[in-house]
Amino acid sequence: MSDCPVLDIKGLTVTLGTRRGPARAVAGVDWSVRAGQTLALVGESGSGKSMSVLAATGLAPRSARVTGRVHLLGTELTGLPEDRRRRMRGRHVGFVFQDPTTSLNPVLTVGRQVSEAAEEHLGMTRRAARARAVELLDLVGIPSAARRIDSYPHQFSGGMRQRVVIAMALACEPDLLIADEPTTALDVTTQAQIVELVADLQRRLGTAVVWITHDLGVVAGTADEVAVMYGGRIVEQGPVDAVFAHPSHPYTSALLAARPDPAAGGADLITIRGAPPSPLDLPAGCAFWPRCPVRADARCEHEVPPLVPVSAGHHVRTFYRHQRPTGEDG
Amino acid sequence: MGRFVIRRLLQSGVVLLGVTLVVFLLLQLVPGDPVRVALGTRFDPQTYEALRARAGLDRPLVVQYLSYLGNALTGDLGVSFRSGRPVTSIVLERLPATLSLAATAVAFAVLVAFPLGVLSAMRSGSLLDHAARVFSQFGVSVPDFWMGIMGILLFAGVLGWLPPSGYVPITEDPARWASHVVLPAVTVGLVTASILTRFIRSSVLEVLSEDYVRTAEAKGLRARVVIMRHVLRNALIPVVTVVAVQLASLLGGVIVIEVLFAWPGVGRLTYDAVQARDYPVLQGAVLLVAALFLLTNLLVDVLYARLDPRISVR
Repeated sequence: MSDCPVLDIKGLTVTLGTRRGPARAVAGVDWSVRAGQTLALVGESGSGKSMSVLAATGLAPRSARVTGRVHLLGTELTGLPEDRRRRMRGRHVGFVFQDPTTSLNPVLTVGRQVSEAAEEHLGMTRRAARARAVELLDLVGIPSAARRIDSYPHQFSGGMRQRVVIAMALACEPDLLIADEPTTALDVTTQAQIVELVADLQRRLGTAVVWITHDLGVVAGTADEVAVMYGGRIVEQGPVDAVFAHPSHPYTSALLAARPDPAAGGADLITIRGAPPSPLDLPAGCAFWPRCPVRADARCEHEVPPLVPVSAGHHVRTFYRHQRPTGEDG
Repeated sequence: MGRFVIRRLLQSGVVLLGVTLVVFLLLQLVPGDPVRVALGTRFDPQTYEALRARAGLDRPLVVQYLSYLGNALTGDLGVSFRSGRPVTSIVLERLPATLSLAATAVAFAVLVAFPLGVLSAMRSGSLLDHAARVFSQFGVSVPDFWMGIMGILLFAGVLGWLPPSGYVPITEDPARWASHVVLPAVTVGLVTASILTRFIRSSVLEVLSEDYVRTAEAKGLRARVVIMRHVLRNALIPVVTVVAVQLASLLGGVIVIEVLFAWPGVGRLTYDAVQARDYPVLQGAVLLVAALFLLTNLLVDVLYARLDPRISVR
């Protein structure tokens, strides 16, 4: 596997122009993902996880102002003319969005929607792209793909639709697959199948995956790296085992504690009090302080904490440190 | 599909039956005696009674209606009180003039509204978008007869480019037909274009915010492909209905405009028939308009099923 990251983001900031003034959706985010690796971006809605990916690939809304540096396969994307960026995106990045019902065009056949990217970026003829669409639909596990290629999205079930979307995303054999909460709109048994399908495809194709989710269960099973986002910033980042074993940010700890635990029987779910802040109205200092159970330092309400190392590759943005089991104090 | 069309045609027949009944009864309520109007100053009681009997107006209403209906089924809509000619041929004679005016007006409206609506949606908030909104506000608020009069004054009077009024059948001289149709068609078409521009703009804006448009952009398709293949195919489905409703209402004859431009269409015929209390002609004209309206709606439903795979006609 090459050492050069597939997607490398540095200092990405996204400001959205809204009716109520500018809203800072993403505030200086760094992350990167390598070939064959899975990065999970975790956070609540409005935390900036989707927006950071959309902005990096040129899909942010028109009102957005995007700064920072984004490299896709070593090519700087920011400042690239839209036409070049469009071609890079279509050829090298595949997207799977949250709701397959709305992300598929209702008036085009699934075959057409899968084949059009191959026609555009691989220069395939219509006939070759159609054959490729059958292969792809077969690859993502759609039974009798050749027969179903001329069906319309509404003739498929939710899970099958999401398989179609995945086939669409893989049409040009992208180096990076971005899965933006791809299981949220599906029922539980289908969710597991889609997670398994993406993991399997990643093993076979060596694709890098950015998995955007609020479901830590998915993260634990599939990701190599995890970045927890809150209020537009990464608050904790590192190898998934390290972060799960030693959650070092009060928000990460709270998220892990809030997972339903079947072993706990009928015990009440632990929740995080309050609601996530709106990007229009972020608290000064650490964005989490109004909900933070610890609030360890007077600086929390005024200063943005720096990102500090916990262990190799594991960083956290907080003034507070847990007592490490090794006895090391931060 | 075939069965759908047949069933809809049968339903249309029932609606037309209702139309004949309503029109027939309404005409009974209209003040003024058609035979008196037809006789004018030549009135004398004997001729009056004779004419009434010949037109069948001395029979009971039910009998009059049923015999009208029976004849209508064979294509005989009675004879004009005024000219004594068969209504069916009078009405059908006027159809080409109305059809050619309506078709030209709608074609003009679509040619204006389509690019204007799509572009102002794609660049919403831009100068072009504001200009388009002013245009459509103007078009729906200024009365068409006033625009027609201004058009005649300017293009026929001051500039002398176009004839002020009149009609030449397209089969007789296409060039002269065209020069005569421009003013009335543009006058009527401007109103239709204004309505359509607004509708197309909002429809395209709505589709632009759909998830599948973002999906298409995520695939890295060219902007032109995203618009043509993904946005317009969806945005234009509801537009088809509006175009058809507009066309249908123009087929009903634009009475004021046809009178203003001396355009011998169904609208002008209706107007003259009302003036003359020529009930058989009026009934015939209304029946024709209703039939055209129903036919247009049927065509829209069939077209809908072709455009939107989620709709199936059975």
